Amino acid sequence: MADQVYFEDVNVGDEIPKLVKNCTTQQLVMWAAGSGDMYQIHYDKDIAAGNGLPGVIVHGALKNAFLGQLLHDWIGEKGQIKKYNCQYRGMDVPAQDIICRGVVTAKRQEDGKSLVDLDIWTEKPDGEKTSPGKATVILPSRG
Amino acid sequence: MTEEAIITDEMRAVIGKEAEPLTVEVDKTAIRWFARAVGHTDLVFYDEAYAKSKGHRSIICPPGFLGHAIHTPDKPTNIVGNSVKRPPAIPGLKLMRLLNGGTEFEYYGEDICAGDTLKSVSKIADLRERTGGLGRMLILTTESNFFNAEGKLVATERGTGIMY
Repeated sequence: MADQVYFEDVNVGDEIPKLVKNCTTQQLVMWAAGSGDMYQIHYDKDIAAGNGLPGVIVHGALKNAFLGQLLHDWIGEKGQIKKYNCQYRGMDVPAQDIICRGVVTAKRQEDGKSLVDLDIWTEKPDGEKTSPGKATVILPSRG
Repeated sequence: MTEEAIITDEMRAVIGKEAEPLTVEVDKTAIRWFARAVGHTDLVFYDEAYAKSKGHRSIICPPGFLGHAIHTPDKPTNIVGNSVKRPPAIPGLKLMRLLNGGTEFEYYGEDICAGDTLKSVSKIADLRERTGGLGRMLILTTESNFFNAEGKLVATERGTGIMY
């Protein structure tokens, strides 16, 4: 884990450390079991093809969870995720990098808490954003 | 040619209606499996003694994990995902294919730990029609609120389903 990040250390426009994922089909099966999502388009090629897909695709919710990890690893043990979301705009496939990134868009105080807003997203190696979203985290303040 | 609207008045009537609450168990092994599937490296999701040393009651839920609904053969859980926590059925819906359109998690500052039992209350927040790359689509927005044993709201999950 990286050192604890504090509210005062963060500036609008900062990019947070990225997280690179690359799913095996085995990871997709682990996710199916871990999340409880047994939809076959994520592990059965024939059913995926029957649904008009190029092959099995990475679960949208797994990409959401990757973005959750991106935030968790950045905010450290004294930080808290308040809210995060993403839309599944593009499909990702196994054996291709899924690059999880985030940029700080605002800093604000609310109810005595130090909040940081971010744009977060996953992108393919060619830069196409497949899961754009937004997040709000609470960071500790040096006071 | 006029296409028949997907959304009927009957379907529209279920918007906002809460489904019967579900009991959701947050289990230690389930947390570890979820964390492994994502690739988390923080021991706070795996090692109970470590999590306690960090001030938690037990290992904590990774972002995006809110336990599993209890499945029994007479009350089966939804096979396309725990994330769709059994919202009210949509009467007369003919579209069968489903894609996940997006997910949002909101937390309210409470730890959600292994051993917790949550109550989940879901509703269909919105239904919309759209025409896109997959043809005519129904955009379904669900909202699930999760309450802990003290009745405190601990998390909200909002999901967008695309049916085509």
